[in-house]
Amino acid sequence: MSLLKEVFSTSATRAFLSIVMGFLVGAIFMMVSSEDVGKALESGGLMDAIQAALRTVADGYAALFRGSIFNTRADDLATALRPLTETLRLAGPLIAAGLGISLGFRVGLFNIGGNGQMIFGILWATWISTRMELPVILHMVVAVIVAILGAALWGALVGFLKAQTGAHEVILTIMLNYVAISLFTWFIRSPNLLQAEQAGGTPKAEAPAFTAQLPQLFPGTYSLHLGFIFALIAVAVYWWLMERSAIGYRFRMVGHNPHAARTAGISVERTYVWAMAASAAFVGVAGANQALGTQVGYTETVHAGIGFDGITVALLGGGNAVGILFAGLLFGAFKAGGPQMQVIGVSPEVLGIVQGAIVLFIAAPPLVRAIFRLPSLASTPALDRLRAKLQRKETTS
Amino acid sequence: MKLELQGMTKRFGPVVANDNISLIVQPGEIHSLLGENGAGKSTLMNLLYGLYQPDEGRILLDDTEVKFSGPGDAMAAGIGMVHQHFMLVPVFSVAENVVLGNEPTNAIGALDLATARDRVRDISARFGFDIDPDALIEDLPVGIQQRVEIVKALARDAKILILDEPTAVLTPQETDELMEIMRQLAQEGTSIVFITHKLREVKAVADVVTVIRGGKVIDSVSPSTEVGELASLMVGREVDLSVDKVEATAGATVLEIRDLVVVDERQQRVIDGVSLDVRAGEVLCIAGVEGNGQTALAETLLGLRNVSEGTISLAGEDITHASVKEVLEAGVGYVPEDRKKDGLVADFTIEENFMLDGSFSKPFTKGLSIDFASRHAHSEDLIKRFDVRTPSGQTLVKKLSGGNQQKVVVARELSRELKFFVAAQPTRGVDVGSIEFIHESIIKTRDSGIPVVIISTELDEVFNLADRIAVMYRGKIVGIVPPTISREDMGQMMAGIMPEGVSA
Repeated sequence: MSLLKEVFSTSATRAFLSIVMGFLVGAIFMMVSSEDVGKALESGGLMDAIQAALRTVADGYAALFRGSIFNTRADDLATALRPLTETLRLAGPLIAAGLGISLGFRVGLFNIGGNGQMIFGILWATWISTRMELPVILHMVVAVIVAILGAALWGALVGFLKAQTGAHEVILTIMLNYVAISLFTWFIRSPNLLQAEQAGGTPKAEAPAFTAQLPQLFPGTYSLHLGFIFALIAVAVYWWLMERSAIGYRFRMVGHNPHAARTAGISVERTYVWAMAASAAFVGVAGANQALGTQVGYTETVHAGIGFDGITVALLGGGNAVGILFAGLLFGAFKAGGPQMQVIGVSPEVLGIVQGAIVLFIAAPPLVRAIFRLPSLASTPALDRLRAKLQRKETTS
Repeated sequence: MKLELQGMTKRFGPVVANDNISLIVQPGEIHSLLGENGAGKSTLMNLLYGLYQPDEGRILLDDTEVKFSGPGDAMAAGIGMVHQHFMLVPVFSVAENVVLGNEPTNAIGALDLATARDRVRDISARFGFDIDPDALIEDLPVGIQQRVEIVKALARDAKILILDEPTAVLTPQETDELMEIMRQLAQEGTSIVFITHKLREVKAVADVVTVIRGGKVIDSVSPSTEVGELASLMVGREVDLSVDKVEATAGATVLEIRDLVVVDERQQRVIDGVSLDVRAGEVLCIAGVEGNGQTALAETLLGLRNVSEGTISLAGEDITHASVKEVLEAGVGYVPEDRKKDGLVADFTIEENFMLDGSFSKPFTKGLSIDFASRHAHSEDLIKRFDVRTPSGQTLVKKLSGGNQQKVVVARELSRELKFFVAAQPTRGVDVGSIEFIHESIIKTRDSGIPVVIISTELDEVFNLADRIAVMYRGKIVGIVPPTISREDMGQMMAGIMPEGVSA
């Protein structure tokens, strides 16, 4: 019994309930924005309006399900499963960016420069993918590595400036977003740099060479590509780095208490540089996804705001690898399902509201606790015992 | 004003912080609340000051029941509190601080500073305080800052004044002056609740002593009670406050400090030409009033501060400009003054905290990974050897008591291969049982031939542990004396005066 109560007090329970609340808020917006409900109210009165409202919400979320997981109206299984593969494809970069931002959080750094870091990585990856010729696979691998290193470099610059001058990383990352994006725009506007041949006066990069593209996992059937596998690898690397490695331990030490870290002989400044580089490297995986997971040319909007979306993924994921994986999948599903909702006349902005509301509830634990009357416990002895037991099993095995 | 608490009970989850506490403070009485850290004194005062709401019990002022929903109510009812950590705005003047939250205004609503200044002058004159209403708080010594806090309470007509561990930051002389002020206030009819764990002060100033242990009132006694009896009431068993140790057999000089000068960010010479030799097998205590360079000296030894002039050498090796990591690797064990800020990561487990300065090597890491099995074994060993009271090594350090937290720090530092050990305020905010244990560990370290430097503002601790005492004042060493020196002479040295007839 006490164990159940303790489980209710955890952040995972709150995360789940925040999602439920987010969908409820979205439902309310669907109801009030629906024309059907208004019409029903005028013609048939309150009962009709309520019915219409419930139908609108049911239709809306059913469309989301069809668009993101399983298309119940498809003729064959392969087509029915396409939405799921789209969700995975779109979740890949969100997961990677979420990991990066989350790593920053755990070192006490608020990295809101994901977009800039992605773009700086993409800049060099574009050079590799459109201006170089390399054998198949090798070309792609080099381009991915360059995207990651480029992003890491842009992140390390933030860490370096913070360590050297004491400037706050929030200001630095915001400003460096502008610098990176403008720099990239200039590159793709200059014919002798990265501009596509047919682009004329507009800034546009060429599509990546076939050899540099992330290969599709089910060629011809789905557009899901290797990027999602990279995201899964990133989850595993993040888990090892933050939970198992000595470097991650020092990251967390600096994040929790930089004074104690300094007293323990850790160079806090150097740790900031490394942590920003590592944070941006994960974001760079998202950049590789965006730039190499396409068969067409792109502009500077190729970042698709994923650097910012990563913040919401990181917050919902609660800092741990598995949490971020699921948070990324959820928001990937929103991206995949949006168009289906639009088809039935529900504005896809509802999903933005759901997403925002979820993060809002996540950020306000007392609110969720009050709504669901969850206990707030100072200690969780039963759960701790369970965890210690599991840990012991792990260490002995 | 007469204050009466009846059956006050406060629970935090399953923990009963205050269990049915009743006490009466008569008008003009100095009532001392004596108890160890964590005994429930502060919780009780927070209940009285409206910061917490009691689960059970009543507060009566002059036999009328009152209910406080916040400090504002308590203040309005005539209760003033001087917190252990001062609640002053450093960049404001004395007058501004005194009226903060209760500002006198003129016809158009602007701040009336003239009235504020007059209020400060009035109260200062009444009690013979020498306070300039226009001085900035940050420019004042702590003793005067504390008086500003008292003036602040009196300016709101406090009839009951709560002083929470007021002497922690004072010199012996300042402590005497504070006690004089307390007596004077009591004579004028102010009731004083004096929270402390220092037996000497209780005996000197209190009219009544109420001993609190484990959230309960143990007894109310007269201050003429023997010190030993007060101590055992407070701790719940017989305590021996002296440390058993044999004469030191000091060996060769291991740590050599020569003409050390350290300048802080504000270009103040926080250490101003200090030379010290510390020999193997001795405890050198550095005494002095807080803020006279002792903390800076410890931090400099560890490599946290840059040395401007002079040298530090450890076993013949120059470590003047070494980084913290190099100093630790050279074999320096370090217990920082503020364990919560510098010594521990509160949100880490005990195991993780044992690893703080060991994340580069065995037994904690293997290659790039943490070696969980080896860390666990090492941690279990330390928990047993240093008697850390905890359900397991996976417990978060913030959930431990102050004494057990300090044992974690001491265990970590003493478990490394050491050439030199320095501890700043090793028993601050630590229960008596843990103090005994930590003192024994320090003496054991000394006896194993490691030179030890203890920085402490607690004279009892200094006299108990030291083989030699160096007294610091304004960044300089006033003198180095044997622990046989009298308390009076010690007090003079802490004020920067070398008493006559004392050989350095």
